[in-house]
Amino acid sequence: MNTTYASRAAAERRNHRAQAISLLGPLVSAAGVVWAILQPYRVTLLHPRGQGFWWLAVEPPLLVVLAGVVFALVVARPLLADLERHRATTR
Amino acid sequence: MVHWLFAVGVGFVGLCLLAEAIVGREVWQQRRWRKYLWPGLAFVLGILLWPVMAFYTNSAIHMYAHGSWAEVLMLAGGAELGLVHGRLRSPLWRLTWPLAFVVTGTAFIVHEQNPWFFARSAFLHHLIGWTFLIGALVPLALALRPRSAALQAAFAAVILVVSVQLLTDRDVAPVFGHLSPLAGPPHR
Repeated sequence: MNTTYASRAAAERRNHRAQAISLLGPLVSAAGVVWAILQPYRVTLLHPRGQGFWWLAVEPPLLVVLAGVVFALVVARPLLADLERHRATTR
Repeated sequence: MVHWLFAVGVGFVGLCLLAEAIVGREVWQQRRWRKYLWPGLAFVLGILLWPVMAFYTNSAIHMYAHGSWAEVLMLAGGAELGLVHGRLRSPLWRLTWPLAFVVTGTAFIVHEQNPWFFARSAFLHHLIGWTFLIGALVPLALALRPRSAALQAAFAAVILVVSVQLLTDRDVAPVFGHLSPLAGPPHR
């Protein structure tokens, strides 16, 4: 009985962990989108005339969006697969 | 502008640290490339601070500050790489992180010669400096209790806070309505 309860609690904890990991990237990207909406003048691509190369290349809200996307695809996705595999082996 | 690029790099390190704290070191290190990810990124950020020091600083004190950040970031990132690879064994190498935080915080505060409310950049220099100095307690505690998930998450949180602080930087801008006339007209 206790063992069942303990294993169920552990599985639930891992599920919460998986949810937290899968939310990190989208949350960061969403923060970048909200920032771009609140401060559109930060996105110089919207008013590119007269801007130099670096002001067009470095767009802080878009960089935040990009960081979230890269994290979700490169880090979070394989990490979730590993977490699932770990869950299966320790079941 | 360079601040923003570094802010994103620092933020990515913070995200990786947070993910590691959430899933645990055992799962995080299941893939070989992943265990080198954030220490390697920290080391690369340290390397990239050298060209910033050489090309983007306009005074000796700025050069010293950026040079010291480059050194301690390379030291801490390199030590972490050695630890995860197994080449370094002593956990005392983790003390390079609190050292890096203290040196970075001190350099931030010392090289900002204007008071807090002179302009936004002055405010941020003081704020980031104190964040690093007070935040140094977290990696110090983590060096003593390396398996603590709460301390790992706190370490990630400090890094993420610094990233957000760096993202709020602008060339000349007011802070809470204060802008010294000596700072010049606000732009960017």
